[in-house]
Amino acid sequence: MEATHKRKFSVREIREDFPALRQTIFGKNLIYFDNGATSQKPQFVLDAINQYYSKDNANIHRGVHHLSQKATSEYEASRKYIASYMNAKSSDEIIFTKGTTDGINLVANSYGELLAAGDEILISAMEHHSNIVPWQMLCERKGCVLKVIPINKKGEIIQDEYDRLLSPKTKLVSITHISNTLGTINPIKDMIQKAHAVGAKVLIDGAQSIQHLKIDVRDLDCDFFVFSGHKVFGPTGIGVLYGKEALLDKMPPYQGGGDMILKVTFEKTTYNELPYKFEAGTPHIAGGICLGKALEYLNQFDLEAIKQHEAELADYAQDLLLTFEDMTIIGDSKKKTSVVSFIVDGVHPFDMGTLLDKQGIAVRTGHHCTQPLMDFYKIPGTVRASFAFYNTKAEIDTFIAAVEKSIGMLK
Amino acid sequence: MTLADKQQEIIDDFAIYEDWMEKYEYIIELGKDLPQLEESKKTKDRIIEGCQSQVWLDATYVGGKMHFTADSDAIITKGIIALLIRVLNNENPAEIVKSDLHFIQEIGLHEHLSPTRSNGLASMVKKMKMAALKALSSDEVAQKDEK
Ligand SMILES: Cc1ncc(COP(=O)(O)O)c(C=O)c1O
Repeated sequence: MEATHKRKFSVREIREDFPALRQTIFGKNLIYFDNGATSQKPQFVLDAINQYYSKDNANIHRGVHHLSQKATSEYEASRKYIASYMNAKSSDEIIFTKGTTDGINLVANSYGELLAAGDEILISAMEHHSNIVPWQMLCERKGCVLKVIPINKKGEIIQDEYDRLLSPKTKLVSITHISNTLGTINPIKDMIQKAHAVGAKVLIDGAQSIQHLKIDVRDLDCDFFVFSGHKVFGPTGIGVLYGKEALLDKMPPYQGGGDMILKVTFEKTTYNELPYKFEAGTPHIAGGICLGKALEYLNQFDLEAIKQHEAELADYAQDLLLTFEDMTIIGDSKKKTSVVSFIVDGVHPFDMGTLLDKQGIAVRTGHHCTQPLMDFYKIPGTVRASFAFYNTKAEIDTFIAAVEKSIGMLK
Repeated sequence: MTLADKQQEIIDDFAIYEDWMEKYEYIIELGKDLPQLEESKKTKDRIIEGCQSQVWLDATYVGGKMHFTADSDAIITKGIIALLIRVLNNENPAEIVKSDLHFIQEIGLHEHLSPTRSNGLASMVKKMKMAALKALSSDEVAQKDEK
């Protein structure tokens, strides 16, 4: 679709596409500010899920009958759509996974097999546990060395430190595009170039970016890009690992089973080609099809308009929050998306979250699966409001009033 | 007052609150009034790490009764601790072991005691009962020794 044909960006109309937004919680209209954890689903995706299970359900890649063919072609059409959405060179580079975590584990296990003792893996200090633990496990298994690029107080990766840590020993850099706790947008294009200069591969954790930014994997030149369907208005249990074809070809299979093989004998099994080599067993067929639908839904809009709206929401919320006494915003990078993490002196995030919940407002509290990052700021956790394009300034006004009321009760 | 009476009393206390925010206002007051555990008692063996808030529990068994003091870094958690202590304190261990704390359900706070709530309260109740169980078995040992 050409930009000129994009659907007009109207928050009011968008909200009508999302049935979950039209409900009351404890007698209050739901205000859903937990989009960083998972997004709500548009009717377009819900209809596709319903259509699949009520009409089109069949196993794929193995039946000659009509329904199996139909399901297969929709599943593969979705893969193609996702490939073109991300500007991958070929749909063979799109591996369906269970989600971001699964994608990272696949790379850690499979690409990890190609690594040797002493090889170094770099991550940043703001990573989600999903982008820490699989590498620790790999290091234990293979004797690789995990190094952590430090961040500054604003919540930005210190680029000088990154330069210093990069060396010919670096085999992989695995960093998040956008921090789920701080909202920082990392300068990944630059970081990818630097990594390539020393011969390292780069994995981008796109769990928090695919729903906010236009992703062009060829422009970024990343070697791997992973994301979860459920955070980009699609179903849970499905996600994508993009990998450069030449690299995926070199990597051994991760799990064994049906679909990933060409021929099995008890003496020797030959593996299927990409992308099936990495997709053992019956996949999440409905998920695969509907993830394509979710991206199709998103692609109706000009992502720039979405980005601008979300940035306005975050700025608006942040400015209002800062009018409270003893308020600290955690994550102060100039390059941020729609995440506002905060703490109030003398108020435990858990208490704030509980009271906001009872006022119909869904936020996330705690460490957001980034405990090392909390240790860096020396805090037990934060309250995090994370916005999506269907949120409004009016909702933020209500949220601010609820925060004020909660502080009044808790202090 | 029996353990059952204490539960009923709490249920009656909560009946006057019309909405959630009023209820929580009361719980927060209870939390603020609960005496803090001395810093020296906030030791590793007394901590119950929840994912979101932490709880410290100290249990002693004196004169046939259990005595609990507890604390939390989150005030709402502390308020609920105050309720649990009000019900279980000064009871004999056998009563505590067999108690079912239905008042939590009835005042609508059961979500705080679900193991997935990750505030440490579910583990705290478990620990309170374990302490009571331990007290019971120490009694049995003592009785045997006498014989
Ligand atoms: C930055 C980041 N990485 C990884 C994940 C893990 O995603 P999932 O649980 O969908 O596998 C998340 C989600 O919370 C995230 O925000």
